[in-house]
Amino acid sequence: MSDWESVIGLEIHAQLATVSKIFSGASTAFGAAPNTQACVVDLGMPGVLPVLNREAVSMAIRFGVAIDAEIDHRSVFARKNYFYPDLPKGYQISQFELPIVGKGHIFISPSEGVTREVGITRAHLEEDAGKSIHDQFPEQSGIDLNRAGTPLLEIVSEPDMRSAREAVAYARKMHSLVRYLEICDGNMQEGSFRCDANVSVRRKGAQKLGTRAEIKNINSFRFLERAINYEIERQIDLIEDGGRVVQETRLYDSERDETRSMRSKEEANDYRYFPDPDLLPVTVSEEDIARIRAELPELPEQKKQRYIDELALSDYNAELLTSNRDTAIYFETALAESPELSAQLANWILGDLAGALNKAGMEVSAAPISAMMLAQLVARIADDTISGKIAKEVFEAMWQGEGTADEIIAARGLKQITDSGAIETLIDEVIAANPEQVEQFRAGKEKVLGFFVGRIMQQSQGKANPGQVNALLREKLKA
Amino acid sequence: MAMSVTEISQGLATGNFSSVEVTRDYLARIAQHNPVLNCFISVTEELALAQAGLADASRAAGKAGALTGVPLAHKDLFCTDGVRTSCASRILDNFIAPYDATVIEHFKHDGAVMLGKTNMDEFAMGSSNENSYYGCVANPWNTAHVPGGSSGGSAAAVAAGLAPGATGTDTGGSIRQPAAFCGVTGIKPTYGRVSRYGMVAFASSLDQGGPFARSAEDCALLLRTMAGFDRRDSTCSEQEVPDYPAYLGRGIEGLKIGLPVEYFAEGLDSKLATVIETAIGELRKLGAEVQDISLPNTGLSIPTYYVVAMAECSSNLSRFDGVRFGHRCEDPLDLEDLYKRSRGEGFGAEVKRRILIGTYALSAGYYDAYYLKAQQLRRMIKDDFQQAFENVDLILSPTTPGVAFKIGAKTDDPVSMYLQDIYTISLNLAGLPGMSLPAGFVDGLPVGMQLIGNYFDEAGLLNAAHSYQQVTDWHLQTPILKT
Repeated sequence: MSDWESVIGLEIHAQLATVSKIFSGASTAFGAAPNTQACVVDLGMPGVLPVLNREAVSMAIRFGVAIDAEIDHRSVFARKNYFYPDLPKGYQISQFELPIVGKGHIFISPSEGVTREVGITRAHLEEDAGKSIHDQFPEQSGIDLNRAGTPLLEIVSEPDMRSAREAVAYARKMHSLVRYLEICDGNMQEGSFRCDANVSVRRKGAQKLGTRAEIKNINSFRFLERAINYEIERQIDLIEDGGRVVQETRLYDSERDETRSMRSKEEANDYRYFPDPDLLPVTVSEEDIARIRAELPELPEQKKQRYIDELALSDYNAELLTSNRDTAIYFETALAESPELSAQLANWILGDLAGALNKAGMEVSAAPISAMMLAQLVARIADDTISGKIAKEVFEAMWQGEGTADEIIAARGLKQITDSGAIETLIDEVIAANPEQVEQFRAGKEKVLGFFVGRIMQQSQGKANPGQVNALLREKLKA
Repeated sequence: MAMSVTEISQGLATGNFSSVEVTRDYLARIAQHNPVLNCFISVTEELALAQAGLADASRAAGKAGALTGVPLAHKDLFCTDGVRTSCASRILDNFIAPYDATVIEHFKHDGAVMLGKTNMDEFAMGSSNENSYYGCVANPWNTAHVPGGSSGGSAAAVAAGLAPGATGTDTGGSIRQPAAFCGVTGIKPTYGRVSRYGMVAFASSLDQGGPFARSAEDCALLLRTMAGFDRRDSTCSEQEVPDYPAYLGRGIEGLKIGLPVEYFAEGLDSKLATVIETAIGELRKLGAEVQDISLPNTGLSIPTYYVVAMAECSSNLSRFDGVRFGHRCEDPLDLEDLYKRSRGEGFGAEVKRRILIGTYALSAGYYDAYYLKAQQLRRMIKDDFQQAFENVDLILSPTTPGVAFKIGAKTDDPVSMYLQDIYTISLNLAGLPGMSLPAGFVDGLPVGMQLIGNYFDEAGLLNAAHSYQQVTDWHLQTPILKT
């Protein structure tokens, strides 16, 4: 394994979040009854013509500006010709020679403290195909053309990744970016964000790239990592056994965790690309680009830097908070409530909240504890109303929907005891009940202190302020 | 005696007859002559009478325009909501569009009546109308001869007085050549002047709709309704549509007309050349200044055209796959069988030939040599015209090298058939407007004279043609129909 290097490039298809399709007025909403969101243009009826949705162009430019890419002032739609029942016109309108977005780059952090640049070869606009449904009718296939004509941005990376881990970091970064830019909802289950991986291997130190296989049908980051790792091993085994990798398209089967050959280069379609005569070249002016650049939201890199510089967060926490746009929004909403508590909020969000979400398999946007609620909880720790330990109990109760932190603290009587008189009474009781341990302490056995603290906290049902308990206990025991 | 669109429009306006009456008249003529001429694929009698009734009611209510109640025929590749649009192909024999082409919408909006859908070469591919699934159209001047193509049904219907006006489409001469062969007037506007939405595509960058009628005056009326911006066609021009009829009658005193030497060369029938010479003489008498010009790349037009048109059609016709509409073969074994047999059974020989050639021209390894080269030549051909128009206002030529040939005479020789379009094809490549108007006869068959205008100068073309028709009566000749 160690004398091999893997080379990976990704092609990402991001469905653009336009209201209507790229070349027709039909809705792009997901989940409607089959063929109810396909108009005559999407159905490829005779005589109908495509008309470009400029919103899709704006979104593509937004992406291009964000990855610091060259934006082509004149780009051309081309027809990619092939026959398939879910491709109504017998060609897909795509871009070939003159894509809208040219060379750009992004930075990824495959592991803590590591930053790598990944080149973007190009990104182009195209229409999605419909869906073939093979399992609903015996001996027949169904076709749902609702998705036909949905705008896609195909983002092609350079073969700059060297491991499945890096590929996943890149895919996650892209996923985060398109959501920050509000150009794609990123829903991988619904197919809004799809990855194909080009994988090849070569001996370490070799200059020439190995023959690559393209892996399709990967619909999660986990599967992306597995599919690439499987493919790397397959190729290395193949070569080490004296075989040759052939250029082909392979499908990833997540159930069997393997890739299987779909078609070889020889069987590949000749797509007969040519400029679509039904559409004029797309022209983008310098002003268009400047306007879109000015309207660009704060991007993850900028946000991360701001968290480090202005909020004094660690590089690692800043990276985690900004890697997902919804997490950043959650954090910033909470921060607006409790502006002084950035570090504590970051710890709660990345610790308890992330843990609970992960356990429940939930997205942060669906968290039962709102950002405002979490901010209140953290504020109650800071103002000594509750201890950190009690806070975990309150957090659990909030997660279960019992109300806000203040409501739960009141209802359960969890307010911390900070009255030294009351704490002293508790201490006196415990000292009186355990004379043996008092003797041990006085004989120099400092460890017994923990026993007393535990008992006192137990007696107070955890509400006694631990700092005060410690100080007063020492005093009393020494007396 | 067949009436013109203008005469019908006036007759309706003065109340000499109603739209229902005139529509009934045309339906009766169609019933009488269509069995021999085969101009119509579908006759929409019920719909026509209903539309005529509505037109009469609108007129009674004081809401009538120039075309309200005027019966017209439409080439069977303009989609018509609820009425079959076959493109003269078996593959669309059962196809009924749920929408109107923009051109049809415009005519409906202006109250025109649809008599039916006219015969044509399958998917507009042909120059003789012999490539129709519904059989050839007969030339009304001599039924043993072809009417030209691809819009042969529309041209023949107007010539035979089965409709006063009709729509057609022109990709390489499909309006002008049948207009010439049938002795009627037809105009192919500038590319982008008439919306292509709902007009089934043959070659998207060349296709353009336009009217046939008995005179330039009638064409002006019809084109005014057909033309105009359409947001559903990205290649449609936003340029305002002039009031063409109002533009007529300005005369052509001082108009500079160029004669391309390459068009009056070898291959042109000498008797036909004499007819055109005579017509040029008439135009001189009207004050036109005639001079020779050169379009040096003329010889490249046909090969360029056939690469571009076939490449585009090979892709445009992919949607006819038997999956969503149109002909589907019986009991397909699998997907490939479904495609192969549906298309194999659905398309005729010429359509298949063009799809194959186009597919080849776009194939990996051939694209640069064919398609890309053709695009370069296309620019050169366009430049030829642009240079010519620096010195002249109009260009004049014969529309075709010869008059209508006999049915079957060229069916075994596609190249000789393609040469029919030698004078018409360059305009489509350049996107320029052109028209054909009757200029005389050779052997009892009409001769067409072609006028070529600069971009969006349809008004200038129509005015020149109208001036000529004011002093000649070739356009008023009508064939004697046998029944």
